[in-house]
Amino acid sequence: MESEVLKIENFSAGFGKCFVLKDINFSVQQNKITAIMGPSGCGKTTLIRCINRMHEFSPGAVYSGRILLHGEDIYSINPIIVRRKIGMVFQRPNPFPTMSIYDNVLSGFILNGIRLKKEEKDQIVFNALQKSGLWEEVKDNLHRRGTFLSGGQQQRLCIARALAMNPDILLLDEPTSSLDPKSTLLIEQLMEELKQSITILIVTHNIAQAARISDYVAFLYLGELIEFGPSKKIFTAPENKKTEEYLTGKFG
Amino acid sequence: MDTNNNQHKLCHINPDWCWLSRVKRIFKITDIMPDFLFRKIILISGLSILILTIMILVSLVTNSMLSIKTFGFKFFTARVWDPVFDQYGSFPFIAGTLLTSFLALIISVPFSLAISLYLGGEFIKEKSFFAGFLKNSIDLLSGIPSVVYGFFGLFLIVPIVRYIQMKFGVEPYGVGIFTASIVLAIMIIPFSASLGREVIEMVPAEIKEAGYSLGSTRFEVIRYIILPYCKSGIIAGVLLALGRAIGETMAVTMVVGNSNIMPSNIFSPANTMASVIANEFAEAIKELHFSSLIEIGVVLFFVTTVISISGKIIIRKFAIRT
Repeated sequence: MESEVLKIENFSAGFGKCFVLKDINFSVQQNKITAIMGPSGCGKTTLIRCINRMHEFSPGAVYSGRILLHGEDIYSINPIIVRRKIGMVFQRPNPFPTMSIYDNVLSGFILNGIRLKKEEKDQIVFNALQKSGLWEEVKDNLHRRGTFLSGGQQQRLCIARALAMNPDILLLDEPTSSLDPKSTLLIEQLMEELKQSITILIVTHNIAQAARISDYVAFLYLGELIEFGPSKKIFTAPENKKTEEYLTGKFG
Repeated sequence: MDTNNNQHKLCHINPDWCWLSRVKRIFKITDIMPDFLFRKIILISGLSILILTIMILVSLVTNSMLSIKTFGFKFFTARVWDPVFDQYGSFPFIAGTLLTSFLALIISVPFSLAISLYLGGEFIKEKSFFAGFLKNSIDLLSGIPSVVYGFFGLFLIVPIVRYIQMKFGVEPYGVGIFTASIVLAIMIIPFSASLGREVIEMVPAEIKEAGYSLGSTRFEVIRYIILPYCKSGIIAGVLLALGRAIGETMAVTMVVGNSNIMPSNIFSPANTMASVIANEFAEAIKELHFSSLIEIGVVLFFVTTVISISGKIIIRKFAIRT
């Protein structure tokens, strides 16, 4: 009934001799939202950057173990293909300042040198902006630069940009941490809608947000996976004492 | 003074106030005075630059008045420069300057772009020894005196160009516009490269990462993200280099061939505006000759001004508003 899209096996990663992630094991289910939470510096961002192989851009990056996408180790595939299959939205909205909104949505195609017909382009832009709920707000300004948008709109533009490439998994690295509550709510609603068609993995340090939107939760602490399970269970009856302390606000 | 005296009197009533007045006096001397002086010094320095520029222009124009009156606009279009018959037309030199500088620019841009991309951190993962070495040698190159470049051109570039000329069947002078352009290109690469490096380093890591996260290769990120973002900075660097190439005198004079005839092809010996001044200034006894040379100086002054102004306009036009 449920199928695994991504399986993380004995995965460790870090910088130089210092390992930030130690022996992580869990798997991500299709069309579900999996939240990774934990206090600052616990390796959440490193983990998510490992999943689409962005981690290796950091100086001195090292890793061991396996991450399987549909049963295939992503570290044995070309990173460029991995990144097309696994989209990413970053902590701070980062639309390309030199491109129009229209081109920003298409940037995945432009950057990869894929040429499209005008109708195909229009269709992709329309679909991606509809899905990210931005169409109504920007449909009259498609050819203006994306930088005049508000922070929340810019972040949804980034989501649209990732969605346009039709990825299997969407990674969101604290997508709402620099946004106001209203934009945050919009993006949370958006994720609920998106999970019909895509698998979402979100990093958050906001416990309430994880509780609101996620189906599964992974709790990381000092680079170790303390607990993983369905959100309902973790938020009501955590097995580990550390998880309980974090959820009740004793630290973090 | 009055308040000070009052406070001094008050000291007898309450010693605490005495301390207060002393503090105030200290602040007056050490804090306010330097600020006042500093402001004046800055104002004077700024004004002196302005006055200096105007004075240079005025002295150039007054000294070239004779030539301006004699030839008028024909000075720029006439093709004959003959001090013996007092005929002065600067067109061959304007052409020589434009040809050498633009050719130098065309030669140097690919190299300086590649160097600035490399040093801007796009191809080096960590601070490698080679990158540091390259960076230092570029700084070193920009510090080498012009004469030394001239010698380098004479000893190395001239024989090579002579060889090429023989292959093409042109008269093998060795010296000429093409040689001067190569020497100029080598001289301006450090400038545009170090400016380019600075703007490329300033591209936010976030938008580069966004590019990589969409599955693009390093070349695609450079082509579609970094270069558009740095466009204005790179163009500004190129224009700065062009300004230098136009004004460069010593090295060009040594390898350009010093011929006052209109250049017929890119290999022919010629003269640039700067090199003809350097060549003939010492022997310009005739008044009209002297003032014609100075008029060329005026033209150089305006050309470099126009280039620097257009550089600023380009930067403003393409600037990215974030």
